[in-house]
Amino acid sequence: MKARVLVTLKSAVLDPQGKAIEGALRSLGVPGVASVRQGKVFDVELDGDDKVRAEATLKDACEKLLANTVIESYRIEFVG
Amino acid sequence: MKSAVLVFPGSNREGDAKRALENVSGSRVSLVWHAETELPTGTDLVVLPGGFSYGDYLRCGAIAARASIMDAVRAHAARGGLVLGICNGFQILCESGLLPGVLVRNARLRFVCREALLKVERTDTPFTRKYAKGAVVRYPVAHGEGNYAADAETLKQLEGDGRVIFRYVTADGRRDDTQVLNGAANSIAGIASEKLNVLGLMPHPENHVDPLLGPTDGRGLFESIAGVLEKA
Repeated sequence: MKARVLVTLKSAVLDPQGKAIEGALRSLGVPGVASVRQGKVFDVELDGDDKVRAEATLKDACEKLLANTVIESYRIEFVG
Repeated sequence: MKSAVLVFPGSNREGDAKRALENVSGSRVSLVWHAETELPTGTDLVVLPGGFSYGDYLRCGAIAARASIMDAVRAHAARGGLVLGICNGFQILCESGLLPGVLVRNARLRFVCREALLKVERTDTPFTRKYAKGAVVRYPVAHGEGNYAADAETLKQLEGDGRVIFRYVTADGRRDDTQVLNGAANSIAGIASEKLNVLGLMPHPENHVDPLLGPTDGRGLFESIAGVLEKA
């Protein structure tokens, strides 16, 4: 089973990298960019096809390692 | 006094930490590889040195914080043993939950590499007792992710409990949160655990111990530790 985990900075946390990218897009003349926030994507392949168990496993992985919940939040999506 | 300096893949200041400990405190120092599960018998002090453990992959300090030796460090800290995390070591301590908060990318995305002025906020800790009250010391900083962040409640608690041990200050010793070195909340450079036996700081006291290289402001920190452990 394939899953995608998205880890993003909480909205209250300043994102200097996102800001720099936002500035670069503006200087390139890309129109209509209001703001950019950078995050991380993890594509994870899991054994078996029990979605409930897979979600619990990934949640555990996020809490233990993939996200630092002081500053980040995460979302789990199943692909395909 | 026996010290253990941990070595993770990508640590690069373990030699400097070892040298400072040996020179200033006369400590016997062993280097301990991250995959070990136990600290050498009789370890009084554990040092997590600076560097770029695991290339700062995922988040700085994140992977090192989950190394097997860290369980032994947690047990050592729980027993009241001393733990010192410098730079990447501070980042690892935050990621491991031994200290609250997290170090994020510097404001303005600048890697800062220079001397910083720090106020020693408390001199009744095992790490700072040799400094004069209210002393301002010079330690070098060299980091891209030293911007201390924590939620408002955690900051309030740290301040209320007097757990901010080092704070960045201006040349005249004032705290000025608008003077951006790295953007750290409340100009925090170093904090301690509740029992004051775990200290994490971004600046490098181990750089300033040898008069041959200039200032020796960092000696006080290692002398403090040695003094505490000799008494014990």
